[in-house]
Amino acid sequence: MDLSYGPEYEAFRDELRAFIAENRHRAPAAPGAAQRAGADAVAWQQLLLEHGYTARTIPREYGGFGAEPDILTSRIIAEEFAAAGVPGGLSNQGISMLVPTLLELGTEEQKRRWIAPTLRGEIVWCQGYSEPGAGSDLAALRTSAREENGEFVINGQKIWTSTAHQADMIFCLVRTEADAPKHAGISYLIFSMKTPGIEVRPLRTMTGHAEFNETFFTDVRVPVDQIVGQRGQGWMVANATLGYERGMLGDPAALENRLAALVQLMHDERIDGVRAIDNAALCDRLVALQAEVAAMKFNGLRLLSNSLKGEPGGLAKLIVKLQSCELAHQISALAIDAMGELGLLYGGSRRERAGGSWQWNYMFQLGLIVGGGTAQIQKNIIAERGLGMPREPKLEHARAPKAEAA
Amino acid sequence: MDFGLSPEQRMLRDAVDRLLREHCPLDHVREVAEGGHAVSAAVVAALSELGLSGIMVLEEHGGLGLGLLDALVVAEALGAAVAPVPFVARCVLAPLALRLAGTPAQQARWLPRIADGSARFGVGLTEVVNRRDGGGVTAADGTLSGSALFVLDSADADAFVIADQGGQLHLVAGEADGLERLPLSTIDLTRSVGELRLDGVAAEPLGEDDGGTANRLVAAGRVLLAADSVGAGDVMIARAVDYAGEREQFGRVIGSFQAVKHMCAEMAARLEPCRSLVWYAAHAFDAVPDEALLMACHAKSHTGEVGRFVARTATEVHGGMGFTDLLGLHYWFKRIGFDRQLLGGPEIVRAEAAALQGWGKRAA
Repeated sequence: MDLSYGPEYEAFRDELRAFIAENRHRAPAAPGAAQRAGADAVAWQQLLLEHGYTARTIPREYGGFGAEPDILTSRIIAEEFAAAGVPGGLSNQGISMLVPTLLELGTEEQKRRWIAPTLRGEIVWCQGYSEPGAGSDLAALRTSAREENGEFVINGQKIWTSTAHQADMIFCLVRTEADAPKHAGISYLIFSMKTPGIEVRPLRTMTGHAEFNETFFTDVRVPVDQIVGQRGQGWMVANATLGYERGMLGDPAALENRLAALVQLMHDERIDGVRAIDNAALCDRLVALQAEVAAMKFNGLRLLSNSLKGEPGGLAKLIVKLQSCELAHQISALAIDAMGELGLLYGGSRRERAGGSWQWNYMFQLGLIVGGGTAQIQKNIIAERGLGMPREPKLEHARAPKAEAA
Repeated sequence: MDFGLSPEQRMLRDAVDRLLREHCPLDHVREVAEGGHAVSAAVVAALSELGLSGIMVLEEHGGLGLGLLDALVVAEALGAAVAPVPFVARCVLAPLALRLAGTPAQQARWLPRIADGSARFGVGLTEVVNRRDGGGVTAADGTLSGSALFVLDSADADAFVIADQGGQLHLVAGEADGLERLPLSTIDLTRSVGELRLDGVAAEPLGEDDGGTANRLVAAGRVLLAADSVGAGDVMIARAVDYAGEREQFGRVIGSFQAVKHMCAEMAARLEPCRSLVWYAAHAFDAVPDEALLMACHAKSHTGEVGRFVARTATEVHGGMGFTDLLGLHYWFKRIGFDRQLLGGPEIVRAEAAALQGWGKRAA
């Protein structure tokens, strides 16, 4: 067990700390999920790009900093921005999902055209994967794209397109091979959200906000070269991106921050004049969550060491999404309980605490438990890939998905 | 940066696993447990061959001079094999007490004998954690009186480390006048605990402090009990997965039903982070003193909760067979139950963790 990073890394850490201290006045407030990053956030992103504190390992010709991949350096960057409470640059589906996918599977032309402006925050992307009839069974998607005069003509509907209303572009899964088996008929297209025939309707959720959208396509025409990978390979391309998303949804530093906020809340809230943190039952729950957060933190360090050694993460990795999302939800649940009746206040009410964010989180995190692979799908993955248990037998007469009629 | 076990620690684990596969199969555990001994002389001898009785004894006293993380590796392996051997108190807590608080003379007298297995200690710390009616030891004029409950590894002990109610530690000879040794039989027939009744028994103080050493011993004990449950839980999950892969109902193996698969996935999802937590708790004990007590509390309480869930769920996956004696699964179930209660169940330990952070105080 050696938890030191060594002198070179500590020097890098000191440098980064000095940078943050010097420049933090230029950092934007944490961006709201439903808003496009403002000018200050974009400027901050560009400053970080210049110094290599974001997109550090992306080659220079694509707008990155071009450093050699180094897990500990990335880790230090994540740690220091989290500890300072300053955003470590833009975090969106374009940067976290599309860029890695293009780097791995895009053509040279696609990389040069799309990666740099995405990194700079000039192009915002949304993800067109799920459909009303294709959730956990994503490969059952029916949105169709038929080829016609050098263009794909797209018809169908996507759901949970979170940033569609502000996006410039979409990366989208469509069925191009109507007669191919389910997984082999899908292609991965990228196209402008300004293309005629696209309609975005906000999807209001239980939080009272519209964090997501439904996106409808009617005869949307996209040049055939706007495909990532080959025709029929979209499932493989998408799986490369889903891996990045699951990584995004299970960040132990985020859990530690939520827990620290909960501890602060329980110091501040008083019940009959007694701090909530001194209430035996509430405190018992808090310590139980603290232990679980610690366990996930060390699980994360173990995964970090595994990847440094080039060893697979195994079970320790497969469980992260399931456990982290559940834990985040429970942290919010305890916050609401610690506030008692005050925990109900929402929507800008008088006496509301923290802008109603605990209630919003409590509800939204339920969405995260479902999104990005439901808890039940995660359990299948853990059982099948982690424990080697048998798959559910396939139904003999399972219906093949039909492409949307054009 | 390397979070995890060192190559040497992995080798230690392999060596202990190999030894236990050879000397401690379930049939042997059953034989020892049903014979009412709780201690397998054969397994103890085999472990001594590896030098493990001296794992925590410094080299100058003839031991291996290792740390708690090394001992944890052994504890995990013993839990996996439900091995009926006195390890936690005898091989770790007693020598640790002497290392932390003993005078040079006490260390020179006892540590070499612990290392070669000729001094067999039991350790009584229960009342430091929570004193129940009928329990508790008081010290006066070099003697101890009262009752120490759940003294660990007590059955064949020939000396004891006993904490009094103030947390001061004492050395007591197994044959001292006024000492009455009563067995306690628990659900877990692979561990030995007993009650010591002391009536003006001569005792030698071990160090002099306000309970700081006793608290450190409790922390070390908690980490090892948690590790024992991680090892035992691993085996319960593996057995449940194997069983679910063989047992057929409705024309298919039950492991292909999501209801069963999800039970197994939940067990793995909850137990896997415990492994990293107990590793870190042991590392903190060895190297990050500021965090040692809190992390030991977290390891103990959280693994206690997860252990109960795994023990119950793995048994349930086995259906009716899990409930029978035939499969012997209950040895792991009971071992995990023992690990959970000893040195404080989850609620008691969480209250302590809260107090360490200044939380859970009564209003002034």
